[in-house]
Amino acid sequence: MIINKFGIIISAMILQKQIYLDYAATTPVDERVMQLMLPYFSESFGNPSSIHWFGQIAEAALENARVTVAELMHCLPEEIIFTSCGTESDNLALRGSAFFARQSRGANHLLISPVEHHAVSKTAEQLARVHGFELEYLPVNSQGQTTVEDVAAFLRPDTASVSVIYANNEIGTINPITEIGELCRSKGIIFHTDAVQAAGYLTMDVKSLNTDLISIGAHKFYGPKGIGALYVRKGLPILPSQTGGGQEYGFRAGTQNVPYIVGMAEALRLAQTEKQTRISSLKPLRDHLIGTILEEIPNTQLTGHPEDRLPNHASFIFKGIDGNALLMMLDLEGFACSSGSACKTGNPEPSDVLTSVGFTREWALGSLRVTLGMYTSPAEIEQFLTILPRVISKMRQVR
Amino acid sequence: MSTKPVVAVAMSGGVDSSVAAALLVEQGFTVIGMMLRLWSEQGSEGANRCCTPDSMAQARRVASLLSIPFYVLDARQVFYDRVVNPFIYDYAHNLTPNPCIYCNRSVRWDFLLDHALAAGAEFLATGHYARLHQNPNHSFQLLRGVDPVKDQSYVLHVLTQKQLPHALFPLGGYTKVKVRQIARRYNLPVAECPDSQDLCFVGAGGDYRQFLVRHAPQALIPGEITDRQGNILGYHQGLANFTIGQRKGLRIASPTPLYVLEKDYTHNTVIVGPRDQSGSLSLMTENANWIGGEPPHSPLSAVVKIRYTANAIACVITDSTESTFHLEFENRVGDITPGQAAVLYNGEVCLGGGIISAEINNKVSIE
Repeated sequence: MIINKFGIIISAMILQKQIYLDYAATTPVDERVMQLMLPYFSESFGNPSSIHWFGQIAEAALENARVTVAELMHCLPEEIIFTSCGTESDNLALRGSAFFARQSRGANHLLISPVEHHAVSKTAEQLARVHGFELEYLPVNSQGQTTVEDVAAFLRPDTASVSVIYANNEIGTINPITEIGELCRSKGIIFHTDAVQAAGYLTMDVKSLNTDLISIGAHKFYGPKGIGALYVRKGLPILPSQTGGGQEYGFRAGTQNVPYIVGMAEALRLAQTEKQTRISSLKPLRDHLIGTILEEIPNTQLTGHPEDRLPNHASFIFKGIDGNALLMMLDLEGFACSSGSACKTGNPEPSDVLTSVGFTREWALGSLRVTLGMYTSPAEIEQFLTILPRVISKMRQVR
Repeated sequence: MSTKPVVAVAMSGGVDSSVAAALLVEQGFTVIGMMLRLWSEQGSEGANRCCTPDSMAQARRVASLLSIPFYVLDARQVFYDRVVNPFIYDYAHNLTPNPCIYCNRSVRWDFLLDHALAAGAEFLATGHYARLHQNPNHSFQLLRGVDPVKDQSYVLHVLTQKQLPHALFPLGGYTKVKVRQIARRYNLPVAECPDSQDLCFVGAGGDYRQFLVRHAPQALIPGEITDRQGNILGYHQGLANFTIGQRKGLRIASPTPLYVLEKDYTHNTVIVGPRDQSGSLSLMTENANWIGGEPPHSPLSAVVKIRYTANAIACVITDSTESTFHLEFENRVGDITPGQAAVLYNGEVCLGGGIISAEINNKVSIE
């Protein structure tokens, strides 16, 4: 029983057991991760740049974390730059590479996929609008994939950089990063991938990914919010977007957030080492979810690729449904999900991702993303599968 | 402890709906906060005064203070279709509409109620000052709010026996003063939200004339101002700029004050005259709603409000059908404005109302 500050007993339906099916939005911090972080808030609080013992302890933790991340990504420690989040990593990668390419060889052409996270697409749009870069969008197929042939057809000698998302947040589709990376490398063009969604489930081996810049954010894989990293291939002198004290090899100034960095490294270690176990428990559940929904709910489509998709990710569109209202209904039934057109201010617009893969407004407004995680149980999925068809049919009667 | 049913409360971020939500929580209901995102003109997104970003943030804060969930529903299309479009149509057809009535009928108590019920609520509550009473035969009556100044039964006269069993008006028994006290007790915002008669969607400043310039230019064709005899006294910039009974803004030099008596749609003429020529002894309505479900037996003495802010005046319902009624008055009544609602009361009980129609009133007023 919960009593609020006025002594009123809250019986709100919202407080019955809520089932979280929105792991692509964020994840809870793993208890093991949190325990490792705690000492660095108070006991070992030093500034890693300081000369004294306090600083040395913090610096050791910072550099250990860097080594951990580097080992998991099969790269050098100095190729890992800690940032404040995945979005900052994307910003640094895009801006830093665009300005460097312009400065070093006059390249002015940016290529991105049309299904990038806003952290990439809005940054690229600003580079075009404010800084005069020529921005072009790569094609995608109806599953949201960009092929290496697509990239080959659009690459130009004056292309500054290419950015293609590793695994899409909205529709879960995985892109052929290795092939695209190989192509870009052969042409000497910088290639960035936003691996924020991918880091928890896919290989992060920079050797096989042939990538120059890779963005990750800890809170998508049971680490804390507010911490991210950017892999920057050695010898690629991208321009820093945050200048100051010269931390992070001069790529990202500002005192490092030691406890969060420690947390991210441990979270990534757990994610990468437990990857197969996690996937083998999640994927069958996810497949069952997709199969049942497509079978039981009329006028429904899966969005994204049926196979090349994140193992915890299911996404749908329901014809004639208001995705926002659907989220409300589901929340009140005890399920926390997400929608591509989700908007807390009630003016949903079809998402860029769904329209760029060719869905009409009528379909695209009715999107639903269900993402599973470490704490998802088969029983929860069964409950969800009994509720969702009922909610959809009720909503179709209202409209 | 018995568990009380689920109530969706329409929240605006203002004092009234916030207190309504707080009272429901206090009474032990399971409360869900809901807000409608309404249409606003292109270029002034978020400027609909019923749902500005500020009021939305305020409503969200109130919901978190009360520990209730809060959701915003997209009602832009339905609001445009059933409120804005009829508003434009009415002005283009020489009527002076009250969009709040359309909104209550077709958006709040239709779209929102449907969504609330689909979401598992048994009731929809609003911060209106009105009361409900259930008869022994289980039918519902709509009563005036206790606070005579704040009574909002006028805009709710469109409700039917289908909606009333699902309606709750937690503020109906309170005065505004008391509501402000409750707000302070709960530490809720005491700011005023736009009142019901506001035109929430016409953009900054609430200038409906500028809105009509953009959306119903046909209501703003210049024409003549004449007296009853047809003598031209001046010129006007469109019928929509005038309401019946208006005195100001005619820009005619005259020894006695002149009032708008009539707006002649066919000739695009505003007819003016001295006060003793204004007003009418009767009026006719259409699109009537009888809250009890059936028209009353006429003749029946009642009182009527011919505008949201008008005083109630005595009348006799001389004829009534399911969708129309005719009223007669003992003395001439000024300001009878086609397009506005005439809402009928028997004491505290709101009987229903209808939209004042144009032609018949004009004929009668000529006599």
